[in-house]
Amino acid sequence: MSSGERKPVLITGIGLLSAAGEGGDAHRAALAAGKPLGLTSEGFVPYTVHALNEPDWSAQIGRRDMRQMEPWQRIGTYVAGLALDDASAKDDELLDRMDMIVAAGGGERDIEVDNTIMDDVRQGGDPEVVVNERLPNDLRPTLFLAQLSNLLAGNISIVHKVTGSSRTFMGEEGAGMSAIATAHARISSGQSDIMLVGGAFNGEREDMLLLFELGNVLSHGDGTVPVSQREGKDAGFHLGSVGAFLVLESADHAKARGANAYGELTAVKAGHGGRDGSALADRLSGLVVDSNIGADVPVLSSGTGLPDLRKAEQSALGDRPVRHVGTVFGHSVEAQFPLAVALAALELQRSATFDGATQIGASAVGSWRSEAVALLTKVKEGDAR
Amino acid sequence: MSSHLDHLGRPIVVVTGIGVVSSLGRGCAENWTKLTAGESGIHSISRFPTDGLRTTMAGTVDFMDVEPMSAPALSFALAKTATQEAVDQAGISAGDFPGPLFLAAPPVEMEWQHRFALNADAPDSESEGYKRMLAAAREKKRQDLFELFQFGTTADQITETFGTKGLPISLSTACASGATAVQLGVEAIRRGDTGAALCVGTDGSVMTESLVRFSLLSALSTQNEEPSKASKPFSKDRDGFVMAEGAGALVLESLENAKARGANILAVLKGCGEKADHFHRTRSSPDGSPVIAAVNRALEDAGVTVDEIDTINAHGTSTPENDRMEYNSLHAVFGDRIHDVPITSNKSMIGHTLTAAGAIEAVVSVMTLREGLIPPTINYTNPDPDIPMDVVHGEARSAPVKTVLSNSFGFGGQNACLVFGAAE
Repeated sequence: MSSGERKPVLITGIGLLSAAGEGGDAHRAALAAGKPLGLTSEGFVPYTVHALNEPDWSAQIGRRDMRQMEPWQRIGTYVAGLALDDASAKDDELLDRMDMIVAAGGGERDIEVDNTIMDDVRQGGDPEVVVNERLPNDLRPTLFLAQLSNLLAGNISIVHKVTGSSRTFMGEEGAGMSAIATAHARISSGQSDIMLVGGAFNGEREDMLLLFELGNVLSHGDGTVPVSQREGKDAGFHLGSVGAFLVLESADHAKARGANAYGELTAVKAGHGGRDGSALADRLSGLVVDSNIGADVPVLSSGTGLPDLRKAEQSALGDRPVRHVGTVFGHSVEAQFPLAVALAALELQRSATFDGATQIGASAVGSWRSEAVALLTKVKEGDAR
Repeated sequence: MSSHLDHLGRPIVVVTGIGVVSSLGRGCAENWTKLTAGESGIHSISRFPTDGLRTTMAGTVDFMDVEPMSAPALSFALAKTATQEAVDQAGISAGDFPGPLFLAAPPVEMEWQHRFALNADAPDSESEGYKRMLAAAREKKRQDLFELFQFGTTADQITETFGTKGLPISLSTACASGATAVQLGVEAIRRGDTGAALCVGTDGSVMTESLVRFSLLSALSTQNEEPSKASKPFSKDRDGFVMAEGAGALVLESLENAKARGANILAVLKGCGEKADHFHRTRSSPDGSPVIAAVNRALEDAGVTVDEIDTINAHGTSTPENDRMEYNSLHAVFGDRIHDVPITSNKSMIGHTLTAAGAIEAVVSVMTLREGLIPPTINYTNPDPDIPMDVVHGEARSAPVKTVLSNSFGFGGQNACLVFGAAE
């Protein structure tokens, strides 16, 4: 270790959009109420998802740019704008040097084109001939740009002018964990002063339902059973449309520009590996210890509702009070850990769920791989918002 | 101790292992022989029928024996082969890499073969394609397909195979991804988080749909008649890039770490620079300012001046837009010296390996430093008069090379540059 002293990392901006609508107050209240929001099966029977409570997109995205985006990009670009506004960071000089890490999957496919091709083949068409004839003629030329993983970050650069650096992390839930962990590491070591970090997910997609159904991780219930109690047909998750972005900033930098903080992101630790036996629980316990999460610190879990994974998480978290954010907002894959961290910061600012907590943890266990925990700490009076 | 720190007081980062696979072949030796001999790896596509497609050639890697074939399976095979070579060269014990993985991997989706197979399995109670596939999945789980098409799967497999530590990072910055993987490794070492990092870029995603997608954006060359002549960076008649596959892997270490274990140091990774562009989804700012900033930041980060750059490993995609923009931006940074700095594009021979390109070109940059030989840009028979640079062509050029600049740019406003220096 050569770089010595670590700088405190503050959360100075939050952008959230989900079934609860937009903004900090709506999300703090939704978490406290603990009731599932936006449940719908329309178009997805027998699956239930948490549908987005759509905002007035024009508040953050111009009409021309809107036309270039598919829903996941709209959600992310909109929410990035909310976070920047919240941090009072929409300043040309600041945006020009602001670093960005986006946790992203891939964009929506053209379901109609896909269905047509599958139908043609089912009617007896030669698969290779149908694909070669249909794709060049039926795909919208610019759809690719709404699908490429790094084009959410690209759209954020275009719409909000965040251009210091731009990196997109992939890998389902792990992408969100890596994004928060890397942003924290860069600021605490002095490699960056201010970063926009987060993710976005559109849960109202048959292509995503298919991917997760193949792995047997989707709940087949109606979405009303809390994540903490899911067993049998309810086991697993309901996809949820969520965008969650944070502005992270060194304490010195925030102070110099007079920015208020929700709280300090004190530690972020992530892990990975097989899950046989007690392997997952052991690794998670190690992360909890490494993050110094006190024995009575409440935790917001971004876990999935898969019973084995939940049990491993519970054993690592011990007697700490736990709330599962997925119960309310659904599971938003890449955005789920950023969502939990953002909710923890909101709760520190003004508690509604964990009365008077001065530290809150956030935990994550990916449906197939990746796990992480974070610790957030209330900042001193005067530094707070 | 201070000799382990760079001009900004940070740990010096060195390269102790490299590995590469491309359409030219497997391994550094074979690739270097062919690259310096000016051979092309571009050929007509045989993996799938190309009837009705505007572009029918690519630099596919067809010798990996991947069965069953899919983009993630091939991407893993390529990454594994390149990584094995790099860790072997670094002398790192098998299955216990002492640091994290940064993997540039293509964002791959379920493929048509899988959709058709699920459709065939579906009950007749459903008629629409996705409803049918979902019904098939409900009846018979396919953990194999689920894992195959998780975006984190290739990183998971590399982590399992080589024993890298912690949560691996899978990343995409489009065609700059390979350079971004290296950049993330450098940052982790400079923070003191780790003494070593494994940085890999891989891409085995030449499939009908990926080809069509780039084709619809008019990004690909359609000079199909002589595939080996289609990729012609900096030429007047260039008309697009040629998709290709491959992988590049680098073992990075702090100098201190490398010396402590007596590792052979191949090169110094002196600096990285990055700047995002907000102009357009596929096009660069007309004034080149983000690319100019990325190059300048890399030079500053490395602590070198333009006069010290001995050669440039260009992004050089062979698209009309990229090559002109790259020249204009380099001209702005280097001034008139840009006319005298040897520059070359490996993509003339191996095509554009997309996610892997930055990592492969980083490997070639290291080999250039070690051999004092700059591979040629082939097919440079009709130079673009608006790009007056010293493009190395004809034969590989012998030159004392102490410092190399490697450029990578991508859709979505991605610009990343790396500066490598010779080992002391």
